[in-house]
Amino acid sequence: MKKFYFVSALLIIASMILAACGGGAAPATEAPATEAPATEAPATEAPATEAPADVISVGQVTDLGGIDDKSFNQGAWQGVENAVADFGVEGKYLESTQQSDYAKNIQQFVDEDTDLIITVGFLFGVDTAVAAKANPDTSFAIVDYSYPDCFGTDFTEGQTCGSASEIPNVLGLTFATDQAGFLAGYAAAASTQTGKVATFGGINIPPVTIFMKGFEAGVNYYNAQKGTTVEVLGWDTAANDGSFTGNFESLDDGRSFAESFVQEGADVIMPVAGPVGLGSAAYCQETASCWIIGVDVDWTVSAAEYTDVILTSVLKNVNVAVYDATASMVDGSFAGGVYVGTLENGGVGLADVAGASDELKAELEAVRQGIIDGTISVE
Amino acid sequence: MSEKASKEKKEQTEKQKEQSSLRQALLVPVLAVLSGLILGGVVMALSGSNPFQAYAALFAGSFGSPSVIIAGMQTYFATGDNNALVRSLYPFTESLVTATPYIFTGLAVAIGFRAGLFNIGAEGQVFIGALCSAFIGYSIKGLPMIIHLPLALLAGAAGGAFWGMIPGYLKARFGAHEVVNTIMMNWIAFRLSDWLLKGPMQASNFRPVTPNVQASAELPRFFEDPLRFNLGFFLALLFAYLVYWFLFKTTLGFEIRSVGANPDAAKYAGMSIVKNIVLVMSLAGALAGLGGGAQVLGVDHWVGQGFSSGYGFDAIAIALLGKSHPFGVVLAALLFGFLRSGATNMQSMAGIPVDIISIIQGLVIVFVAAPAIIRWLYRIKSIKVEETVLTRGWGK
Repeated sequence: MKKFYFVSALLIIASMILAACGGGAAPATEAPATEAPATEAPATEAPATEAPADVISVGQVTDLGGIDDKSFNQGAWQGVENAVADFGVEGKYLESTQQSDYAKNIQQFVDEDTDLIITVGFLFGVDTAVAAKANPDTSFAIVDYSYPDCFGTDFTEGQTCGSASEIPNVLGLTFATDQAGFLAGYAAAASTQTGKVATFGGINIPPVTIFMKGFEAGVNYYNAQKGTTVEVLGWDTAANDGSFTGNFESLDDGRSFAESFVQEGADVIMPVAGPVGLGSAAYCQETASCWIIGVDVDWTVSAAEYTDVILTSVLKNVNVAVYDATASMVDGSFAGGVYVGTLENGGVGLADVAGASDELKAELEAVRQGIIDGTISVE
Repeated sequence: MSEKASKEKKEQTEKQKEQSSLRQALLVPVLAVLSGLILGGVVMALSGSNPFQAYAALFAGSFGSPSVIIAGMQTYFATGDNNALVRSLYPFTESLVTATPYIFTGLAVAIGFRAGLFNIGAEGQVFIGALCSAFIGYSIKGLPMIIHLPLALLAGAAGGAFWGMIPGYLKARFGAHEVVNTIMMNWIAFRLSDWLLKGPMQASNFRPVTPNVQASAELPRFFEDPLRFNLGFFLALLFAYLVYWFLFKTTLGFEIRSVGANPDAAKYAGMSIVKNIVLVMSLAGALAGLGGGAQVLGVDHWVGQGFSSGYGFDAIAIALLGKSHPFGVVLAALLFGFLRSGATNMQSMAGIPVDIISIIQGLVIVFVAAPAIIRWLYRIKSIKVEETVLTRGWGK
């Protein structure tokens, strides 16, 4: 028994010492947590049992990808962190590891009286609507989704879809990616050597094809301005149809689509199909025969190994949208409805174009201004 | 000494032996859990968090905050309004909801262990069961609940049973090791569900999820939203008892345990190894499939790709911790349910990643799998207890 006491005493002492040492290392964003022990809180908040009532609290619930998914979850959290730094709001996140966590994590934040709850992605569509209707005093923002989302007649609110009407305390964060796609089309047309550029999508659904429509419009605008005849493969707005892999996973499809486009003479390709595009990028890198335009995030960062074949990226700046939503909470102007990220508010954008001449940069800036002030239509 | 006295004495020692063996059986798991929690606390401290604060948050997250519950009771007795009281039970009921699939899958692995089979395929069986239950749940309309709900559950069990039967048959007929085949069946299940969710079973919009099941196929919930506590939990307890009864009170159960304990002896006693292996794997699959079905019909109401994050894999740990006994499995599943469920609050209140729970679970399993460590740590005299043979090597 002696040894038993010895070992357990050792374990307990060790854990106490370590606990005492480890106190100060908590991430800055979590410092004002209501239950933080006095040692962790700034001196001015010494009692630390009650955070000041006027501090806005923001809670983000991630999808299965987790907080560091190099995509929307991470982008949204970056927006929260920026808001924490600029406004002193309190920011927290909860990671979902499985489907049944969605509702549970939202409820956790509701129970903590979180002021703004941010959910990420369409899989939260129903749970966010249900929670928002049950808690009308809490504000919600949902990334890449908006209400109403019930269409037709055969639906049940809160089950098959979220809501048939706008919800006053939910802000849907959506993105006018056709504006950024337009710029990408312009840049692609200016960069092509063969006079042909291409795009393909995962599935023929609006969130995908809006990129491709903007892309085609941008190429056409370039042709009209410069008197060129750059051709777009893989998408035709008039027919509302184009090339689709039918999935968002197969890197092999990305490779074979790129191969066939190159054989048809294209040398710039914009894949709008998530990781499928990485297969295309790998093909371009191996054969040195084409450029890739990334989508959603800056691929020179998220897929840095293909940097040498990435022409540019069409950016959906989730961080800007989340930051703006939080800012509206802080100044009290938050209202439900739909936020549209545009070139003007920085919600969408185009990453730096590789090897762009000063002339092209100036032209892109002019087009960007034209879209913002409405003199150029992206339709 | 009369024969009667010696018989009495024998009975008495038997009883004593039983009691001491029960204590022995409980001792190692309990100490393992304790050590796991302590070491988990050390890990938290090392990573710069306060373990006491974390465990307080974990407790409040899994059982509920005592002050809130008392306040709820006071409101109830004062005004008769039970809203606050019911609401204060949310964390506790949520833990039971989380434990429900663990009970089913834990039983699925435990029953395999009893027959000397290592069923790593519970995860795939859960997915198949969930998809089958969902399909019956949403595709058939207009049935009364008394028919629809059992039918949907049965579909889940049947799907899981089929998925478990295949590796069982391959083992019994060709000697193909069930560990390899159940793992392969998992991957087939994952890819099959990917395809189904984006093809034949996809809801009408572009999301890769199934439609919602009909209300008549939902397991009834006992409270209003957001409490998700439903009949599934009691169903799980019922099946735990049924598995206990089957294993220890029926001839077939005895045969299965004999095959697990000594297949050669069982064979020469005239028991069919082939029949028993196929039977056990089918039953295991059916239990896991029911777990998936109960989760869909009781909690989620639809299936997406993120349906499960490892009910079937955690089940191996649960079966080990529960010593492959149905009641032990229930206790272990409850522990896992409370840990997993409380972790949400811990993550939010103490800023500790939910992954710490996986670390604690891992530590517990190490201690359970290697009881010598626990015996050495706590200086427990090694009393020779009957060790269950978990699984056998290649071949028969």
